[in-house]
Amino acid sequence: MLDNPALLKMLFGRLTPESFPIHEPILVATFAMVALGGVAVVAAISYFRLWGYLWREWITSVDHKRIGVMYMILGLVMLLRGFADAIMMRIQQAVAFGANDGYLPAHHYDQIFTAHGVIMIFFVAMPLVTGLMNYVVPLQIGARDVSFPFLNNFSFWMTAAGAAIVMMSLFVGEFARTGWLAYPPLSGIAGSPDVGVDYYIWALQVAGVGTLLSGINLIATIVKMRAPGMTMMRMPVFTWTSLCTNVLIVAAFPVLTAVLALLSLDRYADTAFFTNTMGGNPMMYVNLIWIWGHPEVYILVLPLFGVFSEVTSTFSGKRLFGYSSMVYATVVITILSYLVWLHHFFTMGSGASVNSFFGITTMVISIPTGAKIFNWLFTMYRGRIRFELPMMWTIAFMLTFVIGGMTGVLLAVPPADFVLHNSLFLVAHFHNVIIAGVLFGLFAGINYWFPKAFGFKLDPFWGKVSFWFWVTGFYFAFMPLYVLGLMGVTRRLRHFEDPSLQIWFVIAAFGAVLIAIGIAAMLVQFYVSIRNREKLRDTTGDPWHGRTLEWSTSSPPPAYNFAFTPVVHDLDAWQDMKSRGYRRPVDGFRPIHMPRNTGAGVILAALSTTFAVGMIWYMWWLAAISLVGLFAVAIGHSFNYRRDFHIPVEDVARAEGERTHLLAAAEA
Amino acid sequence: MASTITLPPATGAAPRAPVFHLVDEHDHAEGGSTMLGFWIYLMSDCLIFAVLFACYGVLGGSYAGGPSPRDLFELPLVAVNTAMLLLSSITYGFAMLAMEKGRVRPTQLWLAVTGLFGLAFIGIELHEFAGMIAEGATPQRSAFLSAFFTLVGTHGLHVTMGLIWLVTLMAQVGRHGLIRANRRRLMCLSMFWHFLDVVWIGVFTFVYLLGMLR
Repeated sequence: MLDNPALLKMLFGRLTPESFPIHEPILVATFAMVALGGVAVVAAISYFRLWGYLWREWITSVDHKRIGVMYMILGLVMLLRGFADAIMMRIQQAVAFGANDGYLPAHHYDQIFTAHGVIMIFFVAMPLVTGLMNYVVPLQIGARDVSFPFLNNFSFWMTAAGAAIVMMSLFVGEFARTGWLAYPPLSGIAGSPDVGVDYYIWALQVAGVGTLLSGINLIATIVKMRAPGMTMMRMPVFTWTSLCTNVLIVAAFPVLTAVLALLSLDRYADTAFFTNTMGGNPMMYVNLIWIWGHPEVYILVLPLFGVFSEVTSTFSGKRLFGYSSMVYATVVITILSYLVWLHHFFTMGSGASVNSFFGITTMVISIPTGAKIFNWLFTMYRGRIRFELPMMWTIAFMLTFVIGGMTGVLLAVPPADFVLHNSLFLVAHFHNVIIAGVLFGLFAGINYWFPKAFGFKLDPFWGKVSFWFWVTGFYFAFMPLYVLGLMGVTRRLRHFEDPSLQIWFVIAAFGAVLIAIGIAAMLVQFYVSIRNREKLRDTTGDPWHGRTLEWSTSSPPPAYNFAFTPVVHDLDAWQDMKSRGYRRPVDGFRPIHMPRNTGAGVILAALSTTFAVGMIWYMWWLAAISLVGLFAVAIGHSFNYRRDFHIPVEDVARAEGERTHLLAAAEA
Repeated sequence: MASTITLPPATGAAPRAPVFHLVDEHDHAEGGSTMLGFWIYLMSDCLIFAVLFACYGVLGGSYAGGPSPRDLFELPLVAVNTAMLLLSSITYGFAMLAMEKGRVRPTQLWLAVTGLFGLAFIGIELHEFAGMIAEGATPQRSAFLSAFFTLVGTHGLHVTMGLIWLVTLMAQVGRHGLIRANRRRLMCLSMFWHFLDVVWIGVFTFVYLLGMLR
């Protein structure tokens, strides 16, 4: 049977023994580490008999807080993978000069820079941002969950499935070698006949479903489920920026879905959308993917602008300066982000008038962004600033992001862009805004809301170690790239001839090592904080003297978030309640209506993964069975009408009674 | 500035303590956000069609030496097809009217009629596709044909999904009657079905009618 090639091809499609990269020592070693780690985790879970607990309390959970935490864990795990790719590239570029060919073959190096971009954007930044929004937004608006709790669980598992598909490509077959946006014709079937681009397409399609549904979910939640009294202009700024981000998600991700579907048609069905022959037009792809891609940049950064607003106002002990201008700036950025996509390819040659239009709209975006920076500065002005970790990250953001913003305006000038296009200057620019804006913001947010999620603060010493290594590491790693870019070095190169450039790459690699220490310090920070959790414990639920509603409930919040739905009278609702002597109710509780957990989400995501594997490897039978299974489970789930239950009043009274004790103890 | 502070005015008497939480709260009606959420989903789906329309707009004239719309389209057939879809929207409307009156049987009957019209639409579309492919006008022949088959085919795929959903709902209405959850689901499918109608009007106008003028 095994020597029948036709049968083997039908069963395994393109998958052959050669698909496993056993001849690449780096990959084999990585696989051995991952496999050992995986076995250890599985063994530990089995030893401590945690499978049932994980399934009941986490995997099937529809609690927005649990799902938010799972998103954060996914993002942090993928950060390690994405960073491993980064430091491998930095080392390669630091050594591969002249006769030295470096240690990464071209075939491998090209996969690494593609995977680095894809993972950092889709499976680090997106899950971390979505995780924060998921966790914080319902609490900030005084809701008990999101509008569609089951969809929320499903969205998370689809995102995780996408990440799993990317990880699979590391050990079975290979990943795309096209750069993170997979431009055709290189990504077409003639340019990339292997499975790499198919891994790319299906990972993003599966994760994209999750992202889109979570966007719809959070919009509906923010529009429909705000506590009474919370008008739009009384929403916390983080909720506002989340709303705008999710509007962007819903308005941008369908474009990505469609354009990737068209690319797959070109690859699977031999159509002629983006080919150089039969009337196809590759620039159509470039336009469409950036119509998604530019809003995506703002999808990532807007929620963090919200985090910086919350942090600045809390740690300055002041109401945010210019709340309404902050809201309008956010909305203006949301709209403008759709009018700038062409600045990613001024060199397409669309002519002076088109390029001028997009150059000017790009520069205009810096106005609302600048307004935000001034609002934060004026919030700090004459405030009683507490330099805790979230505030430190915020200040590092303001200083660093402004540099990235200015180089962005420089790149927005079309003639300058013709010189700098595709150079390391561009690479330095977008790392400057994404690391300073998104990552620093996430670290601010993680340090800020961690005590809310787990009931104890993160260790400040290791947090500061991480902070200083990250910030200095960033400057060492990316400032040399600005220099190199101005000297004309283009991106994605594996080897250089000119030895005078080497020193800059060595400095950049040194920076990457500093960042590695920063990441390690962050992991140590988590470990030390968990170990010292009793010392870092916060029993008040309001460790930073917060101003918004999430600080009014206990840390961690009960499953139902609020025993009674809060009523809002002012912008900083919790600050208002505190200042007017609000007394927390200690009796009169009622049973609380909540959604029921379900395993449908994780099953659907697993079937989507097998469908993707079938499509990637041309195992059509597997794809067909998975697709039928997807429909069967989805329809079957729709026959389940028992989706909610009541938390009994005794449970609510017990949980609230414990909090009353803790609060009394904290006051005593 | 949004200094919308609503502190009670400091009158001579002791200020009334503001209410900071709802004491007597009732369960939120399940599915209160469903219509809004579904509407947002439809708008996102609309964007997928927008991309396909844009592709057709850009690539619709790239025949690569192959057939043009004038060589391929049979307007009378497309007119019949359009009539099928429009009629199915009307009958869906009748189903909703029956639902409003709480009558299970007529609701299911009108849903079935809608389904039949939908099936007819899909059948005619497949017949049209088969004819074109038999003439050698395959999706691979030119960028115009790639864009044509993808746009029209994606719409057809949506109608097919709608049909599967319709059958599912008929079974669910049969099992549980016109309970709240089922009425909400029928409303969602109604929006979906009419949305597909609107998209089809776009396809009919931009692809078929304007195609004949090209």
